[in-house]
Amino acid sequence: MTRIVSKGQGNPATFALLALMFVGANSAASDIEVRGSAVIEQRYFLQDALYEEQSRANFSVYGEAEIYKAFNDGDDSISFKPFYRIDQNDDERTHADIRELIWLHVGDSWEMRTGVGKVFWGQTESLHLVDVINQTDSIEAIDGEDKLGQPMVNLSLIKDWGTTSIFVLPYFRERTFAGVDGRPRFALNVDTDNPIFESSDEENNIDWAARWQHSIGNWEIGLSYFDGTSREPILVPEFNDESTALRPYYPQMQQAGVDILAVMGSWLIKFEGISRNTTAEDYRALVGGFEYTTVGVFDSQFDLGWLMEYQYDGRDNTLLTPSQNDLMLGTRIVYNDIDGTEILFGIVQDLDESNSRSGFIEASSRISDNWKWRLDAWFFSSDTPEEPIYQYRRDDFVQLSMEFYF
Amino acid sequence: MKINQMHIKRLSIVFTLLTLCTIGKEGFAQSPQEKGLEIAKERKLRDRGWGDSVAELTMVLRNSQGQETERAMRLQGLEVLDGGDKSLTIFDEPKDVKGTAFLNFSHAKKPDEQWIYLPALKRVKRIASRNKSGPFMGSEFAYEDMTAFEVEKYTFKYIADETYQNRKMFVVEQTPVDEFSGYARQKVWIDQERYIPYKIEYYDKKNSLLKTLELDEYTLYLDKYWRALRTEMFNEQNGKSTELITHEIEFKTGLEDGDFDKNSLKRAR
Repeated sequence: MTRIVSKGQGNPATFALLALMFVGANSAASDIEVRGSAVIEQRYFLQDALYEEQSRANFSVYGEAEIYKAFNDGDDSISFKPFYRIDQNDDERTHADIRELIWLHVGDSWEMRTGVGKVFWGQTESLHLVDVINQTDSIEAIDGEDKLGQPMVNLSLIKDWGTTSIFVLPYFRERTFAGVDGRPRFALNVDTDNPIFESSDEENNIDWAARWQHSIGNWEIGLSYFDGTSREPILVPEFNDESTALRPYYPQMQQAGVDILAVMGSWLIKFEGISRNTTAEDYRALVGGFEYTTVGVFDSQFDLGWLMEYQYDGRDNTLLTPSQNDLMLGTRIVYNDIDGTEILFGIVQDLDESNSRSGFIEASSRISDNWKWRLDAWFFSSDTPEEPIYQYRRDDFVQLSMEFYF
Repeated sequence: MKINQMHIKRLSIVFTLLTLCTIGKEGFAQSPQEKGLEIAKERKLRDRGWGDSVAELTMVLRNSQGQETERAMRLQGLEVLDGGDKSLTIFDEPKDVKGTAFLNFSHAKKPDEQWIYLPALKRVKRIASRNKSGPFMGSEFAYEDMTAFEVEKYTFKYIADETYQNRKMFVVEQTPVDEFSGYARQKVWIDQERYIPYKIEYYDKKNSLLKTLELDEYTLYLDKYWRALRTEMFNEQNGKSTELITHEIEFKTGLEDGDFDKNSLKRAR
């Protein structure tokens, strides 16, 4: 199997060709749906960079399409979702991916998905602990919500007592990291060309996972288990003659997870907990809190939502884990206007190191039926070198995006 | 004489019976509440048995200056006879929300169960349905205006007979049972022949007129079920309005329970 993430040039042509072949092969049929988006992004950093390779501003464009075709009266469908980004400064961030190329078959009380796909597990907002099927495309955005397509065979049984899903994951995707020109980035370069795998099959280790999810009255309950290559690498410093780099080490892991949501009037109570065993460390982590929404505040048409989540992580090695004892507070304002305007403010405060915190603003609104603007801003503060966000302490940025949907 | 007496006796019995009937009718006359409830029950009863439906809709949102924007969506509905109806709404336009889908289990006595599917994240999110008074897709319709009519959601009071659009109507006031409804009461004009609403006035929590819904272009399906193909909600306080146009509606398409769960929400197209 070839690597699906590729860096630098060369691959957009392959992608265009693939897309054309796909469309071409089906063009006889009329009901192919094509949709997607193209986005231009300008990022501006508020401080001078820590490292000389980095810049104050960054321009980036990306596009994503979805080509969809259903057949057999809708019992079968194929969905293809290519993605491509070009970044002004960071060669690592210039990358392509197949977010989805999946065949879905729907049976009487079962579903089968075969191909490259994406799944989401969980209930909380500030952290996604139980969600471990897809690798994080972490150079896309700081929040880690962008994911790489995962090759899978997934069978789901849909019964009165819940949905049970079984996954066989025959190929592993490595996490993406910013290059030396990228910003924000770690102090040391992550050598993504030389990963270390615990499994002798390396990225061909066959992982498997299972999940049960059910709604019982006001409760949403999920139980999950994963056995295979950890999506989260341990970054191992490696010293050679010229430089020091971090090599990603992907251990084998077994993880049991539980995720719960309860509706209590205007309150949503959310919880996720995991117990993870790896050869490096066994630990537990949890995130839990609430979302409370009032509609039509102060006689307006606005909705005002309050979010609070506590994050705990039992790990000692914290380079990739800012969430060991932290509190997230957030406010979501939904204007309920024609343009769908929304603003989300948040702050994540470290409860051990009072000087370590990060803040974010996400705002978006429609300009027309096809255009939308989006504003993202992140602020990082830490005086404690052991804290992961210390590495981002000079990387406060504001990013404006113009999104075109078709 | 005898015959006459007999006749008189008979007549008097008949008379007494008649009088008794009249007194009975007046003595047990319906209260406005009972009559309101009876009309509501008849309204629900006459709409029983539609099974399932699939509709294509456009929403036209107008501001007070008359500027317009459109939303396109599809609506699948399932009748549940011994519980609340189920509905699945799939958004097609604007393009940035294409593929977003909304699942609602309507309940008479407890809050509705609601989920929304966000296609970009592949995430199904449970929603707190208590927030039912919020606007639906930035329109003048609230979420609660979009859910199925259930008798148990209100208390009723018959007000008067009125002629509206040259048709005889009952005017019935319905008060939401749920304290989290955005309305103090609603005034409904119900056709006396067809038992379908032609106009609804919505009064806000301060009991002033907030919105008026007008239902037009009623069309008969399966010889029994009336559906308004054009409805318009006017906000009387801010001058905005939303028109909901049904382009196509099909009944008994074979949808079943399994088409209205979180899995079907994820596959909704």
